[in-house]
Amino acid sequence: MTVTLKNGVLDPQGKAIEGALGSLGFSGVGHVRQGKVFDLELEGSDKVKTEADLKAMCEKLLANTVIENYTIALD
Amino acid sequence: MKSAVVQLPGLNRDRDMIAALTKISGKAPITIWQTETDIPDDVDLIVIPGGFSYGDYLRCGAIAARMPVMQAIRDKADKGVKVLGVCNGFQILVEAGMLPGALMRNSSLKFVCKEVKLEVVNADTDFTRAYEKGQVLRCPVAHHDGNYFVDAETLSGMEDRGEIVFRYAEGTNPNGSLNDIAGVINTRGNVLGMMPHPENLIEAAHGGNDGRGIFASALDVIAATA
Repeated sequence: MTVTLKNGVLDPQGKAIEGALGSLGFSGVGHVRQGKVFDLELEGSDKVKTEADLKAMCEKLLANTVIENYTIALD
Repeated sequence: MKSAVVQLPGLNRDRDMIAALTKISGKAPITIWQTETDIPDDVDLIVIPGGFSYGDYLRCGAIAARMPVMQAIRDKADKGVKVLGVCNGFQILVEAGMLPGALMRNSSLKFVCKEVKLEVVNADTDFTRAYEKGQVLRCPVAHHDGNYFVDAETLSGMEDRGEIVFRYAEGTNPNGSLNDIAGVINTRGNVLGMMPHPENLIEAAHGGNDGRGIFASALDVIAATA
């Protein structure tokens, strides 16, 4: 799961990174958003159930949906 | 009036809070540990103090907000018991969904430990009756994540209903919080969260007693002129 701040929510760390990338000479970098990645090892093979569980985990704990978005990737 | 102070691993302002409540009410508060779910019926005020519960892991207050004691506190708040969250206590209350919004990293990205000015925006609450509307208080702050954020629609409702109780005044906003918000109350008016530390300005030895009125109001005692 990847959790990042929503658009419209100020991300001062992202801004600082954006500035640092610019000062290293990387041009053409737009908005930078810093976030968190959660890697989970899961038992079971029911993809639908697993996705529902992961979504519930994000909603209940891993993301604060007032300020954060999340995405889920399964492999 | 009987008060209680919540204790969780990583909170470190509990002793200051206990001292403040004892000095102002003349009675020591009881303490409630994180796993407790039975809060005595005669407790009228529950205080969640500041600190760094669970090391601020994941997000400040996120883990604490999901401990059993918080469900018990939520049940008490639903019955009208007063709840005050200071600093990490405020972060825990927003993470628990007992107050709207979120507290994000300070816009400076730095921990701030200093004195600020606080405007009493709403003096008609159970926590601010000892003050006048518009009164400006001195108050210490010490936090890394006090940058209050809430979506525009919720904010406008909160402003209309007088739920913004304290604002940083005179250009002293230390964290970039939206509309200089320093403290908010729920719609029912019995749950207050604030980033500044009123418990650290209650007597002459602290250099002032501007914070005393919050406890005096909440404990329903007359503010002494110590």
